[in-house]
Amino acid sequence: MIGSPPHVVAQFAGVTKTYGNIVALRDVDLELRLGVTALLGPNGAGKTTAVKLLLGLAKTNSGRVTVLDADPRRSSTREQIGAMMQVGKVPETLRVREHIDLFRTYYPAPLPLDVVLEISGLTALANRQFGQLSGGERQRVLFALSICGDPSLLLLDEPTVGFDVETRRAFWERISAFARSGKSILLTTHYLEEADALADRVVVINHGVIVADGTPAEIKSQSATKMIRCRTTIPETDLRAIAGVRTVRLNGERVELLAAVAEPVVRELLLRDDTLSDLEVSGAGLEEAFLALTQKGGAAEPEAVPT
Amino acid sequence: MTIGRILRILAAETKCEFLKLVRLPAYILPTIVFPLMFYAIFGLAFGGRTGGSSIATSLVATMGAFGVIGASMFGLGVTIASERGQGWLTVKRASPMPMVTYFGAKVLMAMIFSAIIVALLFLLGFLFGNVRLPLASWVALAASLVLGAAPFCSLGLAIGYLAGPNSAPPILNMVYLPMAFASGLWMPLTFLPHVIQQIAPALPPYHLAQLALGTVGLAGSAALTHVFVLIAFTAAFLMLAAVGYQRDEGRTYG
Repeated sequence: MIGSPPHVVAQFAGVTKTYGNIVALRDVDLELRLGVTALLGPNGAGKTTAVKLLLGLAKTNSGRVTVLDADPRRSSTREQIGAMMQVGKVPETLRVREHIDLFRTYYPAPLPLDVVLEISGLTALANRQFGQLSGGERQRVLFALSICGDPSLLLLDEPTVGFDVETRRAFWERISAFARSGKSILLTTHYLEEADALADRVVVINHGVIVADGTPAEIKSQSATKMIRCRTTIPETDLRAIAGVRTVRLNGERVELLAAVAEPVVRELLLRDDTLSDLEVSGAGLEEAFLALTQKGGAAEPEAVPT
Repeated sequence: MTIGRILRILAAETKCEFLKLVRLPAYILPTIVFPLMFYAIFGLAFGGRTGGSSIATSLVATMGAFGVIGASMFGLGVTIASERGQGWLTVKRASPMPMVTYFGAKVLMAMIFSAIIVALLFLLGFLFGNVRLPLASWVALAASLVLGAAPFCSLGLAIGYLAGPNSAPPILNMVYLPMAFASGLWMPLTFLPHVIQQIAPALPPYHLAQLALGTVGLAGSAALTHVFVLIAFTAAFLMLAAVGYQRDEGRTYG
């Protein structure tokens, strides 16, 4: 057996994972390399399942997951991984410092407490009990626990879910700073903006299948960039059939079409419907672009669209 | 991982487990304050009037058992059900923490709280109940109570793995309080109805209480029998816990 090339930090080889009748991951092949990778997809796309497999917290139905050339279920592998997971409740009566110090004992060569506090912006809160912290501060504690073992690979499962814009940006700065110290990071998110801000590479996943893989710029160019709005009598099914249309959405009286290029679609619309009115063409927002991307080949899931 | 590192993790984990609960009134009040309060009421006030320190002495043993059982069942049951059901255990398992230290720390923590409860009861009894025992009896009583935590730690572990985070506290109370009453922990069995006296030997707290009473010369039956029964209960509860553990492994980490 030849090991993976040195720049590969983790590998999925033909991985399928099901929960009862639900297929969380379908025959996924993926190599994570040095740097920051974002795993982007709506809720239920399979992102958390991928993270759990990388941590050895779930078993594959078929295929193999390796992390740093080893089985992630071995504790020697976990000593080199840090993970920030989504958690319902953290013991509230322990102080920030006590939480971090406990996790530091789990690792053979932990970062010093002061360094962990500094990186995660918790120095002033070190003696605060967890229960007295705000939502953003609590996430920073979970981040601190994930880095305290000085991991080679850091897994962040939806680290900024529920944050306001400012808190999110501040948190991105912390993640970026940690990445610059030569660490590999896998970040799952359903915000394209977050993937764009942090990652060197974006892997888009939906319904357990990888639907796109590239640099943030490539992903944005592959996705729809124009939004066309109008009032029309053309039925929805016909609209979907027009070449170049990625998605169709009804928004009150008007329909909204997403397309990579607007002109040919507009020409076709005007040809088919001479009563067409209220025509408006604009650049699609990041979220619309992402919607178009994840709906390729899969059923639409409007409730999974981030707001 | 070396034994030295595992022991260091165990020490850190136990310390955090202790700090976590000692700052939680919902834990301290029923496990430490209630046994002391009951002792003051039944052993000192009531016992004092009926004369003789034998009630004050026997209640040190049975209230000690009551405290130890509560500290163990709630210390493991509530924390495990909550940490398991609300994702905290998953965060810990994503780290290299060995599971043996997770469980080991909770058992040690329960024994530390048990020792504190027993020490405070001894102090109350000695100072206000005129309880006088030879040193060997104090030591034997303390040892039997603290080690007697084992079956109740196992029961807490089982309930922690079988019950959800919200249902664990009421389930624990529904097992703990009737069992304690019917085992004669609050008042001597001879004061209780005949039917309860017959049920009592089927309950684990009865055997811990008898073992404890034996060390101060207040029980008729052989200590060894009670030790064996308590070991058997420990084994049975651990098997129950293993069933819950397997089920949780399949559901959460399958």
